[in-house]
Amino acid sequence: MRHKRAGSEVYAGKWAWLGFLAPSLLGVLIFVCLPFLDVVRRSFTTAVTGRWTGLSNYKSVFENEAFRLAVWNTFRFTAVCLPLLVGLGLLAAVQLSRLRNNQRFKTLFLFPMAVPAAAIVLVWKMVFSSGGFLNLLLGRLGLLADGAQPDYMASGAAFWVLVFSYVWKNLGYTVVLWLAGLSSVPDSILEAARVDGASRWKCFWRITLPNLKGSLYTITVLSFLNSFKVFREAYLVAGSYPDKSMYLLQHLFNNWFVNLDLDKMAAAAVCVGMVLFGAILILQGLWDRED
Amino acid sequence: MDRYKLKNRIVNAAGRRADKAVRKFRRRNRGLGQVLGQVLRCLLLGAAGLLFAAPVFLLVSGSLMSRWELGEYLGALESGEGFIRWAWFPMYPTFSHYARLLFETPQFFTVFWNSMKIAVCSVGGQLLLAVPAAWAFAVYRFPMRKLLFTLYVVLMLLPFQVTMLSSYLVLNDLKLVNTHWAVILPAACSTYPVFLIYRSFSGIPGALLDAARIDGAGEWRIFRKIGLPLASNGILSAVVLGFLEYWSLIEQPLAFLKDQPLWPLSLYLPEISLGQAGYSFAASVITLIPPAFVFFIGQDYLEKGIAASGLKE
Repeated sequence: MRHKRAGSEVYAGKWAWLGFLAPSLLGVLIFVCLPFLDVVRRSFTTAVTGRWTGLSNYKSVFENEAFRLAVWNTFRFTAVCLPLLVGLGLLAAVQLSRLRNNQRFKTLFLFPMAVPAAAIVLVWKMVFSSGGFLNLLLGRLGLLADGAQPDYMASGAAFWVLVFSYVWKNLGYTVVLWLAGLSSVPDSILEAARVDGASRWKCFWRITLPNLKGSLYTITVLSFLNSFKVFREAYLVAGSYPDKSMYLLQHLFNNWFVNLDLDKMAAAAVCVGMVLFGAILILQGLWDRED
Repeated sequence: MDRYKLKNRIVNAAGRRADKAVRKFRRRNRGLGQVLGQVLRCLLLGAAGLLFAAPVFLLVSGSLMSRWELGEYLGALESGEGFIRWAWFPMYPTFSHYARLLFETPQFFTVFWNSMKIAVCSVGGQLLLAVPAAWAFAVYRFPMRKLLFTLYVVLMLLPFQVTMLSSYLVLNDLKLVNTHWAVILPAACSTYPVFLIYRSFSGIPGALLDAARIDGAGEWRIFRKIGLPLASNGILSAVVLGFLEYWSLIEQPLAFLKDQPLWPLSLYLPEISLGQAGYSFAASVITLIPPAFVFFIGQDYLEKGIAASGLKE
């Protein structure tokens, strides 16, 4: 009898995972996966009549001037921000890790994460508009040409404002990730190297950095994904149609959505989704090779 | 205790004591260069940190200034001539903006509670769905587990813009557009907390669970009595990160909420014009209070959560 009970329990355990997983899986299927298939179908049809049009939506997306601009800007933004953020984060993390009590500093760096984008918009206006703090500072330092008071939000410099606000918001996150990576570098190796007479710089270059390779992948991906959220600040400061230099893919998607250009949006969503999916799979491959 | 263990223990203790002595020696005999380096490091980091915190200071001091003072300081922003000025402390501190916001603007309350509702319901829904799902991934071995987990990771990494249209289509079919559920339900199905909580569940040794099974505990009971308490850190991390995220949600309400009375704070704040700067400052500070509160209470969990999301599987 005892035997039988144990058997039935194993059987229950065999299906228990389904009970735990089902609610979440159902939600994901209903709200993301199945409708995404519908989006894929729509990307091959016209928006209104639903007639099959083959690849013409994709063609019109790629020929779209705004799409090209947005892709280029998004690419440029990523190419500038990622190395900057990852590098600055590592620099700050290494310095922090050498302090004995770094909790206060970590708090300062992390706090921007808690500041809602909406609350910070006013401050960005105060800093970056033509009569703002940045011009005030530059003027005091004598770096401002006479009479010139550029409005940073309305010129090509808007791009750099966006870069700054991204770094401001995400540096703490990156620093914490790097600190976690740094603490996993085995102390014993470092100690051994130091005993053998390696300088601090050499220790860092030859031991710490190679050991951080795994963290680098993850930090890059997470920073890349967070970079999509910079749309919040961009939208709140400059609206749906900001300066050309910071018109990102997110703006484009939003505007297409507002104008109900659903066919173009479907095609673009499939394209962007595929590119990201590919990037993620490559990354997973890299992770697996590390192991 | 057997002999081997005892010996190990003694050796370890001796090692630790030696380590301590070495550290003490080093601390006492630090050269001038090292001390200077430390001070310089503190100063640089401190300066950077202050730069990071400065915006909050601006908001708080601005919210306490009188209308006239603000008008004088911020005049340059609107006219475009001259420069902005600022004072470390308001000349005549006043709470009038807060009073106006809290007692004379019922609209603000609506918007505040909209935000609260969206953030709390999203995080609550996430927990209901994500905690059991994370348990399933961490504890059971089932067919297609690896594939499903990869799917979850990919979904976690996709930005909102890619899934915006698909969410809209289904919400439209369910007649949920222009209700708070249009924001809450997709947020509750987010897979990021599954990933976070999975980490803390997978740290539980399988032998412990088997022992409980042999003692006759059912799967649900094991989940409740062993899983939940041991993973509470991971769950709290997900709560803190989730709240910070959903409190300042912009894209989703912008796309799915048409009526202004349904808007959360994050959409309402930018609507206030610069002419009402004091009001805007006060509203920003109040917007900042709940996430700041969560941040300071949960900073430990926040850090652990971030660090956990950085570990590879």
